[in-house]
Amino acid sequence: MFYQESGQFSTRYRQDGRALRLWQQRAALWALLALAFGLLPFIGNDYWFSAILIPFLVLSLAGLGLNLLTGYAGQLSLGSAAFMAVGAFASYKLQFLLPGLPLLLSFVAGGVVAAAVGVVFGLPSLRIKGFYLLVSTLAAQFFVEWLLTKFAWFSNGNESGVITAPPLLVAGHDFGSPAGRYLLTLSVVLPLFVLAANLVRSSLGRNWMAVRDMDTAAAVIGIPILRTKLLAFAISSFILGVAGSLWAFTYLGTVEPHGFDLSRSFQVLFIIILGGMGSILGNFLGAAFIVLLPIVLSILSGSLLSGVLPAGQLENLQKIIFGVLIILFLIKEPDGLARLWQGWRARARLWPLRF
Amino acid sequence: MSETVAPLLSLAHISLSFKGVKAVTDIGFDVAEGEICALIGPNGAGKSSLLNVINGVYQPQQGEIRFAGRSRRAMQPHEAAVAGIARTFQNIALFKGMSVLDNILTGRNLASRSSWLEQAFRLGRAVADEEAQRAVAEEVIAFLRLQAWRHTPVGQLPYGLQKRVELGRALAARPRLLLLDEPMAGMNREEKREMSQFIREVNQVFGTTIVLIEHDIGVVMELSDHVVVLDYGRKIGDGEPEAVRALPEVIAAYLGQQRH
Amino acid sequence: MSFFMEVLLGGLLAGVMYSLVAIGFVLIYKASGVFNFAQGSMVLFAALTFVSLLERGLPFWLAFVLSLLSMLLLALLLERLVLRHLVNRPPITLFMATLGLSYVVEGVAQALWGAQVHGLDLGIEDTPLELGGLMLSRFDLFAAGSAGLLVLLLSLLFNKTRIGLSLRAVADDQLAALAVGIRLQRMWVLVWAVAGLVGLVAGLLWGARLGVQFSLSLIVLKALPVLIIGGFTSIGGAIVGGLIVGASEKLAEVYLGPLLSGGIENWFPYVLALLFLLLRPAGLFGERAIERV
Ligand SMILES: Nc1ncnc2c1ncn2[C@@H]1O[C@H](COP(=O)(O)OP(=O)(O)OP(=O)(O)O)[C@@H](O)[C@H]1O
Ligand SMILES: [Mg+2]
Repeated sequence: MFYQESGQFSTRYRQDGRALRLWQQRAALWALLALAFGLLPFIGNDYWFSAILIPFLVLSLAGLGLNLLTGYAGQLSLGSAAFMAVGAFASYKLQFLLPGLPLLLSFVAGGVVAAAVGVVFGLPSLRIKGFYLLVSTLAAQFFVEWLLTKFAWFSNGNESGVITAPPLLVAGHDFGSPAGRYLLTLSVVLPLFVLAANLVRSSLGRNWMAVRDMDTAAAVIGIPILRTKLLAFAISSFILGVAGSLWAFTYLGTVEPHGFDLSRSFQVLFIIILGGMGSILGNFLGAAFIVLLPIVLSILSGSLLSGVLPAGQLENLQKIIFGVLIILFLIKEPDGLARLWQGWRARARLWPLRF
Repeated sequence: MSETVAPLLSLAHISLSFKGVKAVTDIGFDVAEGEICALIGPNGAGKSSLLNVINGVYQPQQGEIRFAGRSRRAMQPHEAAVAGIARTFQNIALFKGMSVLDNILTGRNLASRSSWLEQAFRLGRAVADEEAQRAVAEEVIAFLRLQAWRHTPVGQLPYGLQKRVELGRALAARPRLLLLDEPMAGMNREEKREMSQFIREVNQVFGTTIVLIEHDIGVVMELSDHVVVLDYGRKIGDGEPEAVRALPEVIAAYLGQQRH
Repeated sequence: MSFFMEVLLGGLLAGVMYSLVAIGFVLIYKASGVFNFAQGSMVLFAALTFVSLLERGLPFWLAFVLSLLSMLLLALLLERLVLRHLVNRPPITLFMATLGLSYVVEGVAQALWGAQVHGLDLGIEDTPLELGGLMLSRFDLFAAGSAGLLVLLLSLLFNKTRIGLSLRAVADDQLAALAVGIRLQRMWVLVWAVAGLVGLVAGLLWGARLGVQFSLSLIVLKALPVLIIGGFTSIGGAIVGGLIVGASEKLAEVYLGPLLSGGIENWFPYVLALLFLLLRPAGLFGERAIERV
């Protein structure tokens, strides 16, 4: 029996506080990493990299960004795409303003600019709560989209605001091939996930959840509410900003401001609803779901329903299915796929001695 | 309790109203260091409002609050926490989505010395800091006998245990003054006895000063060194339990129409 | 000066539309505590159903009645399949459910009736009308008149009928309403259907102007700042908020727009709403309550 956790008691607080407490969990993680870094780049084909793996990774990261803000700190946002856009355009612009800026550093810098913008639009969260905060994040969404479309400066003079990724060189190596872009994306996304996983189990993470669950009580035990909320906005926007840069640079290669419109914000929100709010793993699950569902649907409609379903209807069908799934999850499994996964694991753990 | 030592907490002329409705009118009393002071009075008398004034959840329109030698027009919640005031609520205000341990650890947030960057990278002071906070939280868990539920989400615990976790969260801050709003409300006899025991131990072992609101007169008489009686937002009695119990106004206003 | 007045009035008239959508929203929020993001999709659904029926040769009144029935059906299904299963959930969950709902409603509307733009002619000529030296759109006046009539009808429904009494009771205190025997679920169906009616009227007026098309569902994005300014629970607030947003965004576009290379209508209402919020966190008409603990 592989899934056996008996006898693994934490003998020190440090062990008890680990993200993955069981050796099986850690072994599985290492195996996955070996697969992702060691095997996939050699056996994957271009379609897999470009249409599935890269968008999956980038969207997971975007989900993570929003999840920190909404799932952990409880601040509702419909402006994720705006912060992604800021990250993408800032990385792009900085590449031009500072020739020779290393690519990875420009991702970080894009994230930092996005964080600053996030803080500005997060400032009202001190005075306004709940749904009222939607106004602030929607203001960010529309304002940023407008700004990047109207002022060609941000896209180095392109009239419709289109930006094109520079060559993807890291330390002299060209990561321009599909496998290279995949590896580059993976190497940016995973460390950020590790940092976020550390954060949510730290004192800042607890403060976020405290503010989310009951802000009066949080204030009474001395949690600085404004600082905690603003840090949530900053860190969330940083991660969204990096996700935006990756979206533009390693996934699409060219993007315009409307690629970061309100429907992109919804997409990110759906990732965390389906994946699980307040879960790190959930971002991967939700993103996988959202990337794979349209592909599966179009394959199905190509084979099973060919001829039955008019071409234009596929998109409607997809919309309906997404909507229904969102509602279904909220009703049946508000903690999302992450909880389903845990339930499945708990059952697997007892196997075959289930009674 | 000698009279020469300045009281730890001293309220003077506190008045608080909500849109014209007076909740508290011109109230003043002292709480000496190390004592257990009970606030009693019928429903709506203004007891909770007064606790809220002490730790800054409400800002009174008039009055002065003196705590640990510093005098203020009004408190702010954060300021109160930093000054060493911790608190439980009448309607449990736990962080529902978090485990027992995490709830109690939030009580340590002011003691945490590492920055969020150190925490993200698990560098510098972060690891040692986390272990230090965890050690204190574990002491509290052991003291309140909550070991079995350490990793349970608080939302899944029965009411009585939730009240205990909330006390734990307040204790984790190692407060100088502990405000308890009806810590035994809705409990059965056995649970009440247990909770009284905890409160007394906190007071005796850690020397924590306690102000508590309680409707059960038996518990109040047994537990407290000092009783303040409110009625319709005014103070109608203040003194040692036996003396207060004998006051005619108190008998008329409170004991005569005792409710739960 | 008269140019200013024309812009202002034009904006106010557009604001009437925003008010209509916001009113549908307020009704639902008051009765069921749901922050209904799908209000825009309901406008789209109702208008699309109406024009499609019209295009298939049905007379105006029949198309109107059938569209109304479809909104009632939608309300019934919604209560049965969604709302009923989400009672006592946090408001944020309900809100996200309506996001999902808006996807479903839009998907269904377009699957049934197609995604092309439908022209809609209500038989009102859109010729300018001179009133006291100002040029006003005849159609806009008609639209404002219809909206006013609808608001009047609604207030009669709320203030003069038993149903209205029950509805107000529900809005006031759900538990108490339950205790006196009001059937909550029936009330929900009713308000969602009434919100559907309001949506239908808004959709027709708006659609006659710009064509019935997908972008109708985006009106909800304009209604949001309106609600913030007017408060979530006040019909009067929704009306005033709508007028403020309509007028100020037109004025801003005309006088501020050129300085900023135009197109600021999209975000201006939000910035305005933010300013309002920072000054009055509970909205123009809301009272700021101190949270009890
Ligand atoms: N946040 C608030 N907003 C408006 N009125 C309030 C608020 N908090 C308290 N009040 C009012 O102040 C008065 C005193 O209330 P308070 O909660 O302090 O009474 P209490 O003595 O704690 O009563 P109980 O024994 O029922 O807990 C009441 O009339 C109450 O309605
Ligand atoms: Mg009280």
